[in-house]
Amino acid sequence: MTSQRIVTGAHYGIGSWLLQRLSAVLMVIYTVILIVAVLRLPEFNYGNWATLFVHPFMKVSTLLAGAALFYHAWVGVRDIFMDYIKPTGVRLTLQAGTVLLLAGYGCWLVIILWSL
Amino acid sequence: MAGLAAKRPVYRNIHVTQILGYRLPIAGIVSILHRISGSLLFLVGLPLILWLFQESLISELGFERFRTAVAHPVVKVALLAMLWAFCHHFVAGIRYLLLDNHVGLEKGSAANSAKAVIVISLALTLVVAGSLFGLY
Repeated sequence: MTSQRIVTGAHYGIGSWLLQRLSAVLMVIYTVILIVAVLRLPEFNYGNWATLFVHPFMKVSTLLAGAALFYHAWVGVRDIFMDYIKPTGVRLTLQAGTVLLLAGYGCWLVIILWSL
Repeated sequence: MAGLAAKRPVYRNIHVTQILGYRLPIAGIVSILHRISGSLLFLVGLPLILWLFQESLISELGFERFRTAVAHPVVKVALLAMLWAFCHHFVAGIRYLLLDNHVGLEKGSAANSAKAVIVISLALTLVVAGSLFGLY
């Protein structure tokens, strides 16, 4: 056996890569659910629209799709920063800001859904 | 031959300022549009949709504010841009999932599916925009 130097980084890349695809599939499924649910409304008004999100199924699937979306956005935005922003300090600041923003969006979504 | 080759521009590790001089293949155009549409959805789409979603669900009064907001020309233009970004990201994303599973990897079929992504996402945008903005 020759030397076993690891030259491929921290190995979390494959996890992000796979989760980005899994989250994409989740969002495709949710998109279909939402479109079908909206098309089945007899009329698009406040009562029908709000009732849709009162059901626990719609609340939970919207939150899961939201979680998938925020994680997916994190991986994508991180990739963009890693490609274009070379100074480490600037990149870390932007990445930290992105994490905070997306976590805040997640809380916002919980507040919207559970205010109903 | 050598003279001809010497005149061709050489790109190594292409920089963002060289993009206009660099002729991307159609799959490359779909790829950069995937990145652009993703950034737009992150920067504009997420806060815009969360805000509109909140207004639409918060109360009857909020729902009316939501209706007024989406009728505003600036919001309409933003929503149209987000609709295209979503459609492109969605259709191109499905193409990438297929490519990841080794479907359509050959040069010819990859170029054809890239063309299809652009056509289908624009068509979807027009169809959905037409129905959202009450053109029919």
